[in-house]
Amino acid sequence: MKNKLWALILYPVSFFMSADWLDINMPVGVTDISKEVFGLHMAIFFVVVAIGVVVFGVLFWSMWKYRRSNNKKPATFTENHTVEMLWTIIPTLILIAMAVPASITLKKIYDHEAEEGGIDIQVVGWQWKWQYKYLDEQVGNKPLSFFSNLTTPPDQYEFNRVEKTENYLLEVDEPVVIPVDTPVRFLITSNDVIHSWYMSDFAVKQDAIPGFINVAKTKVNVPGIYRGNCTELCGERHAYMPIVVKAVTQEEYEEWLQTKRDLAEQIAYLTEKEWTPNELLATGEEIYETRCAACHQTNGAGIAGFYPALAGSDVVMNDKAKQIEILMEGIRGSQMQSFAEQLNEVEMASVITFTRLAWGNERSGDGEIVIPKDIVEYKETNL
Amino acid sequence: MSAVVENHNHHDDHHHGPKKGIMRWLTTTNHKDIGTLYLWFSFAAFLLGGAFAMGIRAELFEPGLQLMDPIRYNQLVTMHGLIMIFGGVMPAFVGLANWLIPLQIGAPDMAMPRMNNLSFWLLPTAFAILLSTAFMEGGMPGFGWTFYAPLSTNYPNVAYFVFAIHIMGASSIMGSINVIVTIMNMRAPGMTLMKMPLFVWSWLITAYLLIAVMPVLAGAVTMLLMDAYFGTSFFDAAGGGDPVLFQHVFWFFGHPEVYIMILPAFGITSHIISTFSRKPLFGHSSMVYAMVSIAVLSFVVWAHHMFTVGMPLVAELFFMWATMLIAIPTGVKVFNWCATIFKGSITYETPMLFSIAFVVLFTIGGFSGLMLAITPADFQYHDTYFVVAHFHYVLVPGAVFSIMAAVYYWLPKWTGNMYDEKMGRLHFWLSFAGVNITFFPQHFVGLAGMPRRYADYALQFAEWNAVSSVGAFLFGLSQLLFLYIVVKTVFAGKKATPQVWDGADGLEWTVDSPAPYHTFDVPPKVK
Repeated sequence: MKNKLWALILYPVSFFMSADWLDINMPVGVTDISKEVFGLHMAIFFVVVAIGVVVFGVLFWSMWKYRRSNNKKPATFTENHTVEMLWTIIPTLILIAMAVPASITLKKIYDHEAEEGGIDIQVVGWQWKWQYKYLDEQVGNKPLSFFSNLTTPPDQYEFNRVEKTENYLLEVDEPVVIPVDTPVRFLITSNDVIHSWYMSDFAVKQDAIPGFINVAKTKVNVPGIYRGNCTELCGERHAYMPIVVKAVTQEEYEEWLQTKRDLAEQIAYLTEKEWTPNELLATGEEIYETRCAACHQTNGAGIAGFYPALAGSDVVMNDKAKQIEILMEGIRGSQMQSFAEQLNEVEMASVITFTRLAWGNERSGDGEIVIPKDIVEYKETNL
Repeated sequence: MSAVVENHNHHDDHHHGPKKGIMRWLTTTNHKDIGTLYLWFSFAAFLLGGAFAMGIRAELFEPGLQLMDPIRYNQLVTMHGLIMIFGGVMPAFVGLANWLIPLQIGAPDMAMPRMNNLSFWLLPTAFAILLSTAFMEGGMPGFGWTFYAPLSTNYPNVAYFVFAIHIMGASSIMGSINVIVTIMNMRAPGMTLMKMPLFVWSWLITAYLLIAVMPVLAGAVTMLLMDAYFGTSFFDAAGGGDPVLFQHVFWFFGHPEVYIMILPAFGITSHIISTFSRKPLFGHSSMVYAMVSIAVLSFVVWAHHMFTVGMPLVAELFFMWATMLIAIPTGVKVFNWCATIFKGSITYETPMLFSIAFVVLFTIGGFSGLMLAITPADFQYHDTYFVVAHFHYVLVPGAVFSIMAAVYYWLPKWTGNMYDEKMGRLHFWLSFAGVNITFFPQHFVGLAGMPRRYADYALQFAEWNAVSSVGAFLFGLSQLLFLYIVVKTVFAGKKATPQVWDGADGLEWTVDSPAPYHTFDVPPKVK
């Protein structure tokens, strides 16, 4: 009997202590810091639960014991300085006991120094995607850089037209790859509004603020794929700019870097190639879907008051040079970004060509296409 | 009751009643009428903001976008916050202040009755402006009630939002000045500050907080307006401005604002718990000191809303420690309420039920607040549903429950009729269940990492969001019952005695029920 009673008490305790109720608790995570933060979280949780049990215990007991049917004559006392002192001092001591370990952990988190053998990755928030720049890795004559876009198709989230897949809204075209057991500094900033880079498994959440560079240092202990979110309201597609980090061994990391270098060479070659409209159209439509359709919509109609229509737009139909300029430079004071860094020459030419030919624009406008060389020329004359 | 002293220099008959028809409400300078206006306005806002919340919860019932696009969703989130804070909770407390402060301090009316009328009628004006954006191209504001720059500076129709906030601010400041002047100058002879009822005390402190921070909010929205339309760069990094400055200014307003929405609740709860325990409040003076401490501390904790903006370590430490300090006076209040109940002779009428629920659930909100104060852990909690759960626990079963408790408690005094006790209890239990089913699971999804202000979410959060939505509809629909009970009481019900509650203490219980249109023409004496 006594054993059963203990089991009854210990079961919930062990349940709360174990990590496999992840769906309703903070993840323990895969860094030393995240484990420490989890420890702090559980400690303060148990402290407040204990206080709650005592306070609510006294409250509920008094409510029952001193109900009018049981106690006709209320007491008349109104003050007691001793208990007032006690319930000021005891909570103060508990708070100090909590503040000390929290301060120590916070100091560790704030160690932002670069370390021997560590890598620096600049993280830039954009509406609504993340850009990662490996500041120490040169590809061609620039740091390795790419954008990470959501890949969950609109059919999954709009009106649930198709079944949702496992990593719904937590999947991207290009995850940020980092080596394990290596200090990685994320240097976080933003290109437009404030975003926030949140990776629960690392206990990292840092706001990405235009004009500021915030540092978050982490060292991942376990290889794996980790998924996170943007956590600062950044406009319409706030929920659609996930973060995926792939932590790999040092060798895999080196291999990955090599494939990125090879890819860059390939693109340089493709830029020189002669292109037909159909070749461009296929790539263009794909890019339009992931990069443009969120605002300008799949049918090119835009959203009145927010995003202008491309279908039937004079610039898109008749002013090739202007359209290239808008995509390269963005429009200041609006949500139209510069895509100069986001798309390579081939992608840029493809997507412009697509918009010039789609939705009847070809018939109503001049129907001219843009080829990668046009983009190269623009860059040469304007940079 | 009190004998009327004839005043021959005065044209008006002291027994004159209100004007007839709509003009009574448009031109009234009577504190009771204006209190009633505020309370009905607040209830209307509560239903509208609640309807927006139902929209949010309906969309979040399952993953995916079913009912609206994310632009609309963001608008609902933003307007829900603005309406509930500036239209629901704050005007409800101002309405209670108008009704009760003169009655509780033995004054014939508020000190500045005409300004009182103006401060009420500014409110519907402000909300008409804010809501008119719903019919414009670009629609309602969708940048969150916190309107962080630079998201807000590039948003359509932001000027309407700014103008509406300015007018609401003017209304609040006028209301606060009125409260302070009334309390300072119009107390009945013998009522020293320390003898003042706690609701009056809580409003005195709240009014000072409002006067201190509403101009800061006005500054924030003005800078925003300049950035949006006049080419300045206060918050635009590209022009040399500082987006973090916005958050400092906003939260310097925002944190005291949180206490503006809870201090009057402390006052109400103290009265009700004492009445139904049939025992004087324990530690009256320590309650006052606790409220003053909370108010003072509220000015030095604002950056705990901004732990992730990349402040230096010393700032993070300071704001963590200062925030933890708030737990001490708040704890003192909770302990004092428990000590008031201890050895009482307690009955559980509807106001008492709401007040006990207030103590318990507000304390749970306080617990999660303490967890949020631990900065390293806050890096995990920040901007997730854990925060949503936290502030809804302090605001819904906190502020809103205290308002409902106050309505049930003073309704017989206002209308002269007793409300239907059975229906009141039913309303309580439905609300209690609804609130907990809605907000408790949000702790879980928040800890598991679901960010707030998301129109759509990953599959792992689906179950608890569905539960939360069911609870929200239960809570929302129960409030129609509240409307029914109140309306029914206004028109009918068992006649209330002047005393109403046998354990109640205070000057408002010495006048008839319903309270006559004019009370305390001759100030009562307080021992």
